Amino acid sequence: MSNGGTPRSLPSSGQKSIQEICHPLSAEESARSRSPDVLNPGEKDLSLPNGTPVDTSSPASSSSLLNRLQLDDDLDAETRDLFVTVDDPKKHVSTMETYITYRVCTKTTRTEFDLPEYSVRRRYQDFDWLRIKLEDSQPTHLIPPLPEKFVMKGVVDRFSEEFVETRRKALDKFLKRVADHPVLSFNEHFNAFLSAKDLNKRQGLALLTKMGESVKYVTGGYKLRGRPVEFAAMGEYLDMFTQKLGTIDRIAQRIIKEQTEFLMELREYGPVYSSWSSFEEDLHEPLEGVSGCVSNCSSALEELTEDMSEDFLPVLREYVLYIESMKNVLKKRDQVQAEYETKLEAVVFREDKKTPMPTDVEKCQDRVECFNADLKADWDRWQNNKRQDFRQLLTGMADKNIQYYEKCLAAWESLIPLLQDKQDAKGETN
Amino acid sequence: MADSGSEDIAVIGNTDLTPSESQNNLKNTMVEKGTSLLKKMEISVAEAEKRTGKNAVNMQETYTVYLIETRPVDAASEGTSPVPDSLWRRYSEFELLRNYLLVTYPFVVVPPLPEKRAEFVWHKLSADNMDPDFVERRRVGLENFLLRVASHPVLARDNIFYLFLTEEKAWKETVFETGFQAKADSRIKALNATFRVKNPDKRFAEMKHYGDELQAVVSQLLRVRARAADRFYGVYKVHGNYGRVFSEWSAIEKEMGDGLQSAGHHMDACLQQQADMHARYAASIDDILEEEEHYADQLKEYLFYADALRAVCRKHELTQYELETAVQDLSSKKQQREELATGTVRTFSLKGMTSKLFGQETPEQREAKLKMLETQIEEGEEMVKDRNVECEEFVKGAWTDIERFKEQKDHDLREALISYAIMQISMCKKGIQVWNNAKECFSKM
Repeated sequence: MSNGGTPRSLPSSGQKSIQEICHPLSAEESARSRSPDVLNPGEKDLSLPNGTPVDTSSPASSSSLLNRLQLDDDLDAETRDLFVTVDDPKKHVSTMETYITYRVCTKTTRTEFDLPEYSVRRRYQDFDWLRIKLEDSQPTHLIPPLPEKFVMKGVVDRFSEEFVETRRKALDKFLKRVADHPVLSFNEHFNAFLSAKDLNKRQGLALLTKMGESVKYVTGGYKLRGRPVEFAAMGEYLDMFTQKLGTIDRIAQRIIKEQTEFLMELREYGPVYSSWSSFEEDLHEPLEGVSGCVSNCSSALEELTEDMSEDFLPVLREYVLYIESMKNVLKKRDQVQAEYETKLEAVVFREDKKTPMPTDVEKCQDRVECFNADLKADWDRWQNNKRQDFRQLLTGMADKNIQYYEKCLAAWESLIPLLQDKQDAKGETN
Repeated sequence: MADSGSEDIAVIGNTDLTPSESQNNLKNTMVEKGTSLLKKMEISVAEAEKRTGKNAVNMQETYTVYLIETRPVDAASEGTSPVPDSLWRRYSEFELLRNYLLVTYPFVVVPPLPEKRAEFVWHKLSADNMDPDFVERRRVGLENFLLRVASHPVLARDNIFYLFLTEEKAWKETVFETGFQAKADSRIKALNATFRVKNPDKRFAEMKHYGDELQAVVSQLLRVRARAADRFYGVYKVHGNYGRVFSEWSAIEKEMGDGLQSAGHHMDACLQQQADMHARYAASIDDILEEEEHYADQLKEYLFYADALRAVCRKHELTQYELETAVQDLSSKKQQREELATGTVRTFSLKGMTSKLFGQETPEQREAKLKMLETQIEEGEEMVKDRNVECEEFVKGAWTDIERFKEQKDHDLREALISYAIMQISMCKKGIQVWNNAKECFSKM
């Protein structure tokens, strides 16, 4: 992404210049000029280093643009101009280590990219690198979470098909969420991740991590006076939501357990009919038919149970991580507000009212407002994503159950004519 | 064999219970049409009641009695429905009736009674005899028993059976007066003794073997089914837990949602609907398992029928054995006569030895012995003739009834499997509907 340059309008906002767009939060302050200093890169504060071009943006730029965007369901294919997928996992074996890489495919019409299409291979480390870079460079935004980094070696097979597939889906989701974000998707690190042949990340990694930490904790230690009601409500909601998801997870696990045990009994039940049929004459075929039917239903149930384990539960768990990320952003916001309040208090006590507000306090105030606006916009986006994600998840669960019942139905229905077969013939003799 | 005086009740008309029975979920047999007793009267076990009273050792006990109702058939066809005759019987009286029939008609595969104690139960079902569900299922089983007997070509004509249905008070005495108990005791003794038949009838041996196999496989089936029902119940019940959590989730979504949300985005409403669905789904298990229990009862009847079949085969063996014994006795007696007559000793006998040792018998003694033997041989020949006839009649009667039983079994079990399949189909269809409704709701989310 280029530094400075001509004002570039973000997609879906038309050709309007950013400044013409009203920020809903500061409607009454639309006349207030924004200091471009706020967005000077390179400072140790919470600014956007290489993000939005300096002169065109107001602190609330990202959120105002979000409001311009249709907060509708699935962004139409027409409005979307960046498509990312993660697929094709492959195992790499070297003398030092064994690891999995995934193919990341990009299709885009954005001018920020040199080519319209890219195909690169990335491993988990690379995704983690990206996440850290995003967190550092876009601290006021919610960065989607990655699937768990560490897995207990003895317990889970890192190279099993199920594990790799579950991880692939989560990584795909991660990139898609970034790609759909009106600010994050323009981040230069994201661009590099998608397009660079080799991610030149090693040198900067340690340094960046350190810097990331410093950004995280530089505003630590301040006491928060009063959290605005809306953010408090968000926090409460997230806590309760986490709780509910945890309960659903536990229930789902129990269902899987019960279903598995039921399946074991079914696998014994079917063959008994077969044994029976072996010493019957007239009833031989009907009993054999029932045995086959039960066997079909058992297989269908096995599939349903597997789906729950492999599709439903992982997505549910990953959502808990997503909630955690959101909570962290809320905490950060709290810290920024606390810092501002403390500094403000100090100023008020120290000086008389005549002196103008010191710059750093002003900066703090701007930071708070910027953060609040970004967070609100991200919250709405998060809520929207949540709705869509759960719609997909629950619909998927419904589909799997329907498939299960349809399989069983077909099996039993096909049995009826077999059972009735001799019946008609016998009807005559009675 | 007691003859029934039921011909005196001249009522016309056909009960034709079969179509209504087969449709009624509770009735599970295809009773043969047009047999003697059912042509004339409708029989049902209408109710069950608890009673308390003093038992034989003067202790207080609680027991259940069942109301047997009978109604002449023609009255129904005329449109008027008179009050049915009725009397109360307890389970032990049914047992007494069955024992009587077993002894009196040993060649008949006598219909079984419903189980005395609940077996093959899974945890939700009570094993308690006083449990109302158990009592209800037993009531159905007892009715089924009576209908089976009433439609049997031989048993239906029995007078004791008729009196069982019509005479409340004096019935027990009448049964004991037949003296069947003594016969029963001696039979039981004989059957319990080990004996081996020299020329076993192949058909009966095969039938007995079939009975053994049927009993084993149906027992196993019932056992596994009970375990599966337990697990199945568990799955449904846990689904019910979803109900509460989805409801709670719905509540927090509702609180969080602002009025800006457009009409279609009511996540909370969808979640609440999901909650309701799961609650209903969990509750549906009770009905499903009740129907499954009905299927189990049908299987159980044939489990017990297998036993009755084996009993007939065993009794045949006894009859055969008794014939062989009589034949053997006769032939040994004849041999003794020959030896006595010719003076040669071919068979060893202690008497012979002692007479050799201690001197020959006098001609008078020999004469007397010969005469006795002659009488015994005459009696023996009569015995063999009788037993031959017994055996032949038994074989004929038994084989007819076994053929009848085979047809009935094939028919009934086929019907049971069809009902079972229909029940599964209905359950699957409901499941599809429920989840389709849920899906529709989610699509609006």
